Amino acid sequence: MRFDPAPVPAQSPAPSDAVLRAALRGRRFDAVVIGGSAGGVDALVALLPAIPAGFGLPVFCILHLPGDRESRLAELFAERLPVPVREATDKAEIVPGTVYFAGSGYHLSVEQDRTFSISCEPPVHFARPAIDVLMESSADVYGPGLVGILLTGANQDGASGMARIRARGGFTVVQDPRDAQVATMPGGAIRASHPNLILPLERIHALLPMLETIES
Amino acid sequence: MKNTPPTPPSDVDIEMRMLIEAVYLKYNYDFRDYTGASQKRRVLAALRTMECATVSELQARVMHDPAAFAQLLQFLTIPVTEMFRDPDYYLAVRRLVVPFLKTYPSLNVWVAGCSTGEEVYSLAILLHEEGLLERTQMYATDINPDSLEAARRGVMPLDKMRLYTENYQKAGGTRAFSDYYTAAYGGALFDHALVEHVTFADHSLATDAVFAETHFISCRNVMIYFNRRLQNRVLGLFHESLCHRGFLGLGSKESIDFSSYAQRFEPLAKRERLFRKAGT
Repeated sequence: MRFDPAPVPAQSPAPSDAVLRAALRGRRFDAVVIGGSAGGVDALVALLPAIPAGFGLPVFCILHLPGDRESRLAELFAERLPVPVREATDKAEIVPGTVYFAGSGYHLSVEQDRTFSISCEPPVHFARPAIDVLMESSADVYGPGLVGILLTGANQDGASGMARIRARGGFTVVQDPRDAQVATMPGGAIRASHPNLILPLERIHALLPMLETIES
Repeated sequence: MKNTPPTPPSDVDIEMRMLIEAVYLKYNYDFRDYTGASQKRRVLAALRTMECATVSELQARVMHDPAAFAQLLQFLTIPVTEMFRDPDYYLAVRRLVVPFLKTYPSLNVWVAGCSTGEEVYSLAILLHEEGLLERTQMYATDINPDSLEAARRGVMPLDKMRLYTENYQKAGGTRAFSDYYTAAYGGALFDHALVEHVTFADHSLATDAVFAETHFISCRNVMIYFNRRLQNRVLGLFHESLCHRGFLGLGSKESIDFSSYAQRFEPLAKRERLFRKAGT
């Protein structure tokens, strides 16, 4: 396993709002999936408040968690965000404008009928829930309508998921490894998936509310 | 907000449907109402192991070679389980279900989708410690013959015993866990007396009917692989099989809220996913 991320070409200085809008031009999205591992809670605390009240897209968040502990993330963020926040439960219909968190101990997938499913297949990259599992299944359902965002982490999980999103025509954003608490995960995803954008967290914060505005 | 229509099925999705249909027509194993995402991942894993370039190639092999189907079946079913998984569940069974079970002169317990038997042995130990095992007939059913055979043998990996011992203690175990098995040849062989009254049987929740009246059904992390239609069928089977006010236990993240049977079971312990058949 490689663990020394090669130097990564990132835009420098960070792109302006106008540049971000240009990158999104002609796109139309149906869902957002955000993955992270080590340092991910802090990153989400900084990032998710960018979601405005009345946001129209469902957002799936997945962080690596110890398997035997119940996840409190949905509770934690319910108090901080102006949109509904839930743990993603088996067979539940995906409601636009809701922020979902993957629960602990099970993989989370999106099904073709836009419901969630959970499974207890073996861990992927030592992780269950695994980011790859959620991203790959979401990519198969939403195709070009999916935005994948990968944040800080000390694991290779997420790289194939981001590659699948790209392959199915979706839009991918990786946190700039120099800006990440742990650079391994974003570095791996950059090598594996040639993301559309590599951005510091502050710029992903600026990007998030732009995702539901349709421009031609 | 308007959703764009679902993206057209990819080649793999089309091939998946053809494979699952072929398996049903040829071998009468019905995976048509399993959830798609997890099934696809497992078939793609089978491709790598069985060295097929495409799902279509796999389908051709499975069609003409029953041995290849037997190998694929190990991927289509999900033998991932552990003894006393979610100890709180077993603790709740002990505290909330056992007192009712003790009132019956004889008991029928059904472990549906028993896989390689971890849950069967866990429940047998629990019933033994509660003085109920002698009067219990247990049915342990699964569709995978290899899993049933492993369950019958009762040999668990020795390297799991530390985790299982920990689970057993958290689950309210009253003895030394090592009393129940003998370490031999790298495995832990469980005391056969535990499964003396267990009938291991081939039974499909997708196609077979109810076979007995039961007092307690434990079916954990099985229905998560089923779509809502099949989940409804299975809850219907359970409802029919359970005696008046019988008990049903599910996996820790499972829900019956989306099922047409939601009103016909009442929660007994919400967090531990124990339900009781509603009185009529």
